[in-house]
Amino acid sequence: MSQSFEEISAQLKKRHRRSARMKWMTMGALILSAAFLVVFISDMVVRGWPAFQQAQLQVEVSYDEQSQKLPLAAVDEDVRPLISRGFFRSLPREMENNPELMGTTQTRWVIADSRVDQFLKGNEDRLRPADKETLQALVEDGRAALKFNTTFFTTGDSKMPELAGIASAAIGTVMTMLVTMAVCFPIGVMTAVYLEEFAPDNRLTQLIEININNLAAVPSILFGLLGLAIYISFFGVPRSSPLVGGLTLALMTLPVIIISTRAALRSVPDSIRHAAFGVGCSRWQVVRDHVLPVSLPGILTGSIIGLAQAMGETAPLIIVGMVAFIPDASISITDASTVMPAQIFTWASEPNSAFAEKTAGGILVLLAVLIFLNALAVWLRNKFERRW
Amino acid sequence: MTTNTVFLLFCAVLLVLGGVAFTLSRAKASRVRATGTAMHAQPDQYAWFAVLATAGPALLVSALGAFALLLMGAEIPTLYLLSASLIIATIGLVMGLSQVRPDFHARRAIEGVIRKLLAAAAMISILTTLGILLSIITEALRFFQMHSFWDFVTGTTWNPGASFLSAAGRGEEGGSAAQFGSIPLFAGTFMITLIAMLVAIPFGLGAAIYMVEFAPMRIRKAAKPVIEVLAGIPTVVYGVFAALTVAPLVVDIAGLFGLDASYSNALAPGLVMGIMIIPFISSLSDDVINSVPNSLREGALALGITKGEMVRNVVVPAAAPGIISASLLAVSRALGETMIVVMAAGMRPNLTANPLEDMTTVTVSIVAALTGDQEFESAQTLSAFALGLVLFVVTLTLNVVSVFMIRRFREKYRVNNL
Repeated sequence: MSQSFEEISAQLKKRHRRSARMKWMTMGALILSAAFLVVFISDMVVRGWPAFQQAQLQVEVSYDEQSQKLPLAAVDEDVRPLISRGFFRSLPREMENNPELMGTTQTRWVIADSRVDQFLKGNEDRLRPADKETLQALVEDGRAALKFNTTFFTTGDSKMPELAGIASAAIGTVMTMLVTMAVCFPIGVMTAVYLEEFAPDNRLTQLIEININNLAAVPSILFGLLGLAIYISFFGVPRSSPLVGGLTLALMTLPVIIISTRAALRSVPDSIRHAAFGVGCSRWQVVRDHVLPVSLPGILTGSIIGLAQAMGETAPLIIVGMVAFIPDASISITDASTVMPAQIFTWASEPNSAFAEKTAGGILVLLAVLIFLNALAVWLRNKFERRW
Repeated sequence: MTTNTVFLLFCAVLLVLGGVAFTLSRAKASRVRATGTAMHAQPDQYAWFAVLATAGPALLVSALGAFALLLMGAEIPTLYLLSASLIIATIGLVMGLSQVRPDFHARRAIEGVIRKLLAAAAMISILTTLGILLSIITEALRFFQMHSFWDFVTGTTWNPGASFLSAAGRGEEGGSAAQFGSIPLFAGTFMITLIAMLVAIPFGLGAAIYMVEFAPMRIRKAAKPVIEVLAGIPTVVYGVFAALTVAPLVVDIAGLFGLDASYSNALAPGLVMGIMIIPFISSLSDDVINSVPNSLREGALALGITKGEMVRNVVVPAAAPGIISASLLAVSRALGETMIVVMAAGMRPNLTANPLEDMTTVTVSIVAALTGDQEFESAQTLSAFALGLVLFVVTLTLNVVSVFMIRRFREKYRVNNL
């Protein structure tokens, strides 16, 4: 039983070493988790950065009758294969809109084909040798360069990578989020107010509470099945529309808003309610004039977080058909539309590798929006949060 | 007149009626009060009550009418319906005006209406659950009428491809019949979930233990938001990461060991899903470990044990129910995760224990069944609902068990904030 002093101190040293080892291991877990984030973000930035640049060529475009009929004739034969087909397609309309161009020859920058784009970015080499020589000559003259890609932010989806952009997906996201928030913000806040301030403590109330907690943990794809079976098949809401997508996401976001609103309402001290009751307010007057204004920052924070979550959601939207090819955005909640995550999903499944950088570019834009929203929520919380 | 103009006109008339109700009843109430009679409510409250009496029943009738019109296919011309609602609104206006009496509790009446409105909003969450259940169960039942439940649960071949031929009445020509044996799908789902948990639980739990027990306040404050950023990244982005970056990496590394890996192997989505779930586990465990009473820690340290021994032998066992509850929630999250597996896992149902082969999951099959150009009635489309039903039941069970565990923890240590 008896241990010598040396034995005990050796054992103690071992025990302390083990304790320190545990500290380092758990610290390693945290550092590695943070490292995942760094690797992940830098991977996306490296992949996505080229999407914000687009090769352009400076060529002589002759606007004459022949090129109105046959747009390909507007430029020299040897640079023709280097230029995006989208440019030739838009040429007749441009000439119709600007009659004064007729008969002139302009030296201007035009969008290059995606193969040229990929070649200049050093990715792959699918150009014919003759075209490559032409291109090399153009590069040496400074007449072929990578410029900021405005097309990416102003156009919708396209089968030509150099013309594909996220504008229509962004508009679709805005429309869908408007529907989502218009439905789930009032219902969520009303439910939370009822449960916190009005509801009697009975079976029905408990059922509603359990139910909301469960809804928060239901896989999002099941909300898609609900949207398909109830909204589309039963009520006949148009498929692929922001209306059906927004309504589906609203049900998914509802628990988030309810739970955060309840937390915000609960943090309002009872003394405020008692004081208001004391001067003769009715329950609704207490809620409307005292509890809600005080807890509004908390409610808004929760709603913004819910909004950010809904904005990144894809699975239920695939089920209700919002993964669609939408070249031109329409500002209507019943027309077919797509959203930013769905656009990323579509691009990611394109075999053409030029779309891989579009995918990552779209991700960077989406992440920027989401980080902005989350930062806004944090800022709101820090600015207006009151400790009682 | 188109439906839109009729609808706009209806709204305009209703607004005007509401405005009339407001001004008239407020004027009347002010007049009564000016005579010195004591009233039960303020003039504004009488006015709002009159507005509610005007608009409420009218909106209710038109909503019910629209519902009947859409659902039962009842033949009520929109014009008649809306004019009936307007007549009801006028009656409501008159009634509301006649209620402007000193002995009428307008405030209490408004209160009652608002309470009912709020309760109705609360019922929507119940309706949502019912809607999910009903939609999934009815379609799943139709599926089980076509294919036996027993084959669905025990079959080892998932081959829905031939079902559209039989839906087109050409079942005999299609060669092999459609088979709906869901075991390979569940095997794939559980394999990917297992890989995800092997990543998420050690890292998430380790990070939580470090942040609560060892880290100085400064690091804790800086690390928490970083981990939360991981939680805010959309799943489709993780999917791209898994498919474009991790999957080729896994193939390369497996090649170094002389192993042959598929580009849609199960390991890549599993690993990335694990990363996705780290913040989920770490923030839940963080809360739980934080609410283990300090008296336990102090008592243990007073007996002379090291900090590491305290964490391992006192804090973690005390927090175990909460940690298990967090892990169960994370499992349910991983089972239902869709985008990562749709983008990075395979499409081929494959019953194997090798994570380097491609496998498919329940959620991938649901998406595949519903995005094809199938008609809604075909067995393949309906099979998505059968899979959805199983997914719902499994995740619901996990959630209920997890709630039960966290409740035990809460009662044991009298923690109120979990």
